[in-house]
Amino acid sequence: MKILYFAWLRERLNRGEEEVSLPPGVATVGDLIDWLASRDEAAELAFAKRSLIKAAVDAKLVNHSAPIAGASVVALFPPMTGG
Amino acid sequence: MGVRVSTGAFDPGAETNAFLAAGNGAGAAVTFTGVVRSKPDAPITALTLECYPDLAINQLTAIVAAATERFGLLAATVIHRYGTLGPGEPIVQVMTLSPHRDAAFKGAEFLMDYLKTDAPFWKQETGPTGTHWVEAKAEDDVAKARWE
Repeated sequence: MKILYFAWLRERLNRGEEEVSLPPGVATVGDLIDWLASRDEAAELAFAKRSLIKAAVDAKLVNHSAPIAGASVVALFPPMTGG
Repeated sequence: MGVRVSTGAFDPGAETNAFLAAGNGAGAAVTFTGVVRSKPDAPITALTLECYPDLAINQLTAIVAAATERFGLLAATVIHRYGTLGPGEPIVQVMTLSPHRDAAFKGAEFLMDYLKTDAPFWKQETGPTGTHWVEAKAEDDVAKARWE
């Protein structure tokens, strides 16, 4: 599964994308964030405020309870500031 | 109905004229152009917009469809730039067409209010004191909530 990061989340994690193999039990976007945050200290800090992390599964905006089984691309990013 | 997301500059006047020409006597057209702001007390030298294009197209297409249905628009277009821009450069343009002005004005406001919070762009300002990410504003959520 490919994970994309944008804006300050990308900077704090020092990567724009990565391929991951999910461990068993990671079923939702929220589970994915918990697992990514547990991998190292930088990630723990970057994901510290869960309410600031928005997500899209296969280019569709979703909330943290959305399932990720079968998804090709999950994007994680801060609140959007376009316009 | 159209959505365009691109790093290339666009010409607001030419876009407006093309939109009007396709309108075929509809009655009312509203155009809003958002440009890079630089205030004397908070000058910036550049604004960089990051974008997730696949999601931006999906989100903007859904927002345009919602505005079209809700206000009975005859046409609606959103153009949004990303990349690095200078003060005064156009960032975004929304255009709406309807038989009467009320729907055209409201449709354009609706489009702007939704795209501020729901389209995947992230602004980073560069000025004399450095570079920082622009924070999402609570007032933008309030502006969107009035349509719900």
